Amino acid sequence: MRSFIAAADDELTIFERSRPGRRAFVAPKLDVPDRDLDELLPARLRRAEPPRLPEVSEPEIVRHYNRLSKRNFDLDTGFYPLGSCTMKHNPKLHERIAALPGHCRLHPLQDPPHAQGALELMWRLQEALAEIAGLPHVSLQPSAGSHGELAGVLLTRAFHEDRGEARAKVLTPDTAHGTNPATVTMAGYEVVKVGTDRHGNVDLDDLRAKATEDVACLMLTNPSTLGLFETGIEEIAEIVHGVGATLYYDGANLNAIMGVCRPGDMGFDIVHFNLHKSFTQPHGGGGPGAGPIAVSERIEPFLPRPQVVRREGAAGDGAAGPYYDLDYDRPKSIGRLRGFQGNYGVFVRSYAYILSLGAVGLRDVSEVAVLNANYLLARLRAEGVLEHLPAAYDRLCMHEFVLSGAPMRRELGIRTLDLAKRLLDHGVHPPTVYFPLIVDEALLIEPTETETKETLDAFAATVAEILREAREDPEIARGAPYGTPVRRLDEAAAARHPVVRQPLG
Amino acid sequence: MTRYTSATDADREAMLREIGVGSIDELFSDIPPRLRLTRPLALGAGLSEQEVYERLRALAQANTSTEDEVSFLGAGMYDHYVPALVDSIVLRSEFLTPYTPYQPEISQGGLQAMFEYQTAISELTGLPVSNASLYEGPSAVAAAGYVAKLAGGGRTLVISRGVHPHSRETLATLAHGWGMEVVEAPLRGGVTELPRLGSEVCAVIVQQPNFLGAVEDLEAAAAAAHEVGALAICACDPLPLALLRSPGECGVDIAVGEGQTLGNRLDFGGPSFGFFASTRELIRRVPGRIAGETRDLDGRRGFVLTLQTREQHIRRERATSNICTAQALNALAGVIYLSWLGRRGIVELGELMLKRTAYARERLSELDGVRQLHAQPVVREFALALDAPVEHVIERCRARGVNPGYALGRDYPEHPDGLLVAITEQRTREQIDRLVDALGEAVAAERHRAEVTA
Repeated sequence: MRSFIAAADDELTIFERSRPGRRAFVAPKLDVPDRDLDELLPARLRRAEPPRLPEVSEPEIVRHYNRLSKRNFDLDTGFYPLGSCTMKHNPKLHERIAALPGHCRLHPLQDPPHAQGALELMWRLQEALAEIAGLPHVSLQPSAGSHGELAGVLLTRAFHEDRGEARAKVLTPDTAHGTNPATVTMAGYEVVKVGTDRHGNVDLDDLRAKATEDVACLMLTNPSTLGLFETGIEEIAEIVHGVGATLYYDGANLNAIMGVCRPGDMGFDIVHFNLHKSFTQPHGGGGPGAGPIAVSERIEPFLPRPQVVRREGAAGDGAAGPYYDLDYDRPKSIGRLRGFQGNYGVFVRSYAYILSLGAVGLRDVSEVAVLNANYLLARLRAEGVLEHLPAAYDRLCMHEFVLSGAPMRRELGIRTLDLAKRLLDHGVHPPTVYFPLIVDEALLIEPTETETKETLDAFAATVAEILREAREDPEIARGAPYGTPVRRLDEAAAARHPVVRQPLG
Repeated sequence: MTRYTSATDADREAMLREIGVGSIDELFSDIPPRLRLTRPLALGAGLSEQEVYERLRALAQANTSTEDEVSFLGAGMYDHYVPALVDSIVLRSEFLTPYTPYQPEISQGGLQAMFEYQTAISELTGLPVSNASLYEGPSAVAAAGYVAKLAGGGRTLVISRGVHPHSRETLATLAHGWGMEVVEAPLRGGVTELPRLGSEVCAVIVQQPNFLGAVEDLEAAAAAAHEVGALAICACDPLPLALLRSPGECGVDIAVGEGQTLGNRLDFGGPSFGFFASTRELIRRVPGRIAGETRDLDGRRGFVLTLQTREQHIRRERATSNICTAQALNALAGVIYLSWLGRRGIVELGELMLKRTAYARERLSELDGVRQLHAQPVVREFALALDAPVEHVIERCRARGVNPGYALGRDYPEHPDGLLVAITEQRTREQIDRLVDALGEAVAAERHRAEVTA
C-alpha cells in the first residue's frame, strides 16, 4: 500500500531537532575594528534575547529537509491531473539557466545600461506574450494570476475614471475561479454573478440583463473552468463593450488555445497569463509564479510602471543601435503593484520555454493538451466510469473536463472526496475536487500535454478499479488513504483551535 | 511533436479514433471559425536545448551582476551569501514541482516546512501568527494596509516617508481602489515624525530600519497608533531583527517585509517572498495560506492548510485577500537559511554587518565632500550626502569596478545627491577600502571639475 512515498515515521520539526551549541553557519572573520555594541546600537533599541532559531548542523538540516521532501508527492514522480492548475512538465534546462550568475545575482536596481541582457529578455518575453494574446502591450509586473487580475481590474478603473465615469460593478460567471470575485472586492467593486446555461456557456440572457451602464468589467475564463470553449464569445464581447465595460481574460486556461486562437481576437481588452501554468515555471508547492498582463491600445496608458521598453538610437554607454530601458514616465499609470520589475527568475524560465517550442511547438502543446483531455474522457467512458461519474456537460472538451460524482454518491455511497483520497493510494495526485461550484460533487480533470497515452489509460483503469471496489465495499474508499505518511487529517480541529507555530520552551 | 510531449503520430491516430473524431481540428470545433488563427504565431521556430542555453547565457553575460563588480547596492534587496544547501534542497523535485498542498496526506513535507517557516518568522518578528508567504515586500505592505481597512475604523492610512518608495507606491495604487486616503508622515533627522493622528486613521505604517537605513523608534510609533485606535504596521528587514527589538515587543500589530535576504537570490528583483506576521487578534483577517497543526485518524501529528474560510477559494468575494499562488518555494529557502544561521549565527551575522557598516560609514563620511545624511543608528545600510553630482560620482566609481550604491534623488528629491550604501557580510574590509578610495577620488574629481568650470 505504501506506494509512492517512503514511509517515514512521524517527523520531528527542525526546532525539535535543535540542540544548544550545534551550528551550520560560521561567520566570516571580523576584519574591521571591533566595537562595543552599545556604541553602535543603543541598548533600548536592541532585543534582549535572540530569536529562538534552531541550532542544528549542516548534515542535520540536509537530512531533515530531504526526509520531509519524501513526504511530498510531486509532478516529477507521478501523474498530477489537477484541474485548472496545468501541471505540465517543468524542463530541467530552465533551472540551469536561471542559476547563471548573470541572471540570479543581478541586483534589481542595477542601472539599465548594465542590465541590458535582463531588459532585453523581458522585452522579448513581452513581445512573445503579446503575440500569443493577440494584444499589443504587455506588463510583466504582476506576481501571480490573482495579482494580474487585480492589475486588470485596477486598469479598468483607471480607464473609466480617465473618461470621467464611475462604475460600481464587475460581472463574474458563477463558474469563475474564487480569485475573480475576491479580486473584484479588493479593487473596490461589487461582484455581480452571471449564470451558466444548460450547455455550460455563459447565460447570454442573464448577461444582457446584468450588463448595465454601471458595470465596469466582465471577468471571463475561456475555455471556462468547465473546460468548455464559450461558443458565444463574440456576442459576449459585443454585449460587454456595448455598455462601455471592459472584457477581462483570466488566463488560467490558456494552455488550451495557444496558437489556435487569441483572446485579443475574441475581443478581450485585458489578459493575464499564469507563467507557472502554461509556461512551465515550477509551482514550488504554492509559488513562485508570475502573472503578466497583455492589454489593448486603449488600456495601455494605464499600465503599471516602470515598463520595459526598447529605444532606438545610442545607448547610455555610447554603443549604437537599439537599447532597453525602464520607462517611469507614464503619467496615467495605475502605479506600482509590487517592488522592482517583477519575478524575473520566472521570466527566464518562461522565455526559455517559448524559445524551445517556437510557434509550431506552442500550438502542438495546446493541440495535445486538448487531445489528451478528450482521450481521457473517452477512456473513462469506455471503462464505464461515466455511468457513475457523468460528464457535467456532454460536449467535446478543451484541455480539461468536469465530472459529477453525485450519482456515484447516491449509487455507490462514496463521495468525490473519497474517490480522491483513494487515488492517493494508487500513486496519483487527485484531480481538483468540488470546483467548479455549480457542479455537484465536481471532479475537474486536466491531464496536460506532457502525459503519455499509457499514463492516461492507467488513470482511467485506476478510477474504474476504485469504483468496482466501492461497489463491493464503500468503506475502503471512505477510510482512504492508507499508504500515505499520514491518514485523513482533522481539518475542523485545526481551524477550531489554530496552532500555527510551534511553541518553544 | 515537441521534446516535452510524447504523442506520436500513431498515438494521435489511436486517440482520435477512441474519441470518435477524424482530426485534431475537429476537437476545436467549438471555436467560431472567424476566431481561429490561420497563420502560425510570429515566434519563430523552436530551438534545441543547447541553442536555448547559449541564447540565455549570452543574455546573462550582457548583465553586470554582483559577481562582476564590487556592489554596495541595497535599497530593498541585498547581496547576502546563499549557502549551497539551500540550492540543493529547493531543487529537489519534491519541493520544486508540486502545487499548493490541497491534499495534505501527500503534502506533509511542504506543509510541515510552512509550519516551521511560520515559527521562524514568528520568532523574528515577535508576533504569534505568521502566514505561509505573500508575493514580496511592497505588496505585503499593501496587504497589511488592506487588513487595516477590513479591521474597520478610519479611512486614512498614514505611511512614513521612510518606508521603501516601492511600498508606498504600491499601497497608493491599491488604496485608490479601496477609496482610502494615504497620508505621508515626513522624516526629520532621518527618522519618522508622525503628525497628529485623529480617529480617521486606521493604520500607521513605518519601516524598520527605514529606507535611509535609520533605526526607528517602533515603540513610539505603535503607541501613537494605538492611542487613536489604529493598527501599528511595521515593514521590516528580517536580518537586522537579529539585533533589534522585535516589532511584537514594541507593540506592533502587523509586521511584514521582503524575505529576499533570507536565502533567496537577487534575481533582478524576484522571485523572493513577502512575510506577514500579526497578533492573535488579527488571525482571521490574515491574507493567504496558513499551515496549522492537527492529528490524523490514527492520532499522528500532521499539518494542513487552515482557517481556509478566510481565503478566496472558499469565501470568494468576502475573502480577506485574493492571493492564491504565493511564494512557497522561496519561503522554504527562507526557513532553510534561518536554520543554517541558527540562534547564535543570526546574531553573529548581525553584529558583523553592524561593525562593518559602522566602519564603512565612518570612513566614508570622513572624506572631503561626503557627509552622513543622518546620524541615526544603522545596521546594514546608511545614507550619505555628497557635495558633487551623485550620478557622475557613481559613474566614476564604476569605471573602477565599484558600484557605490543607490542614488536617492529619484525617490527623494530633497536629497538630490544622496547615496544609499549597503554593507552585507559579502563586502569585506578590503572592498570597503576600495569603495572609500574610489568614492573619495570621484567626489574630489567632480568638485575639481565644478571649480574649473566655475
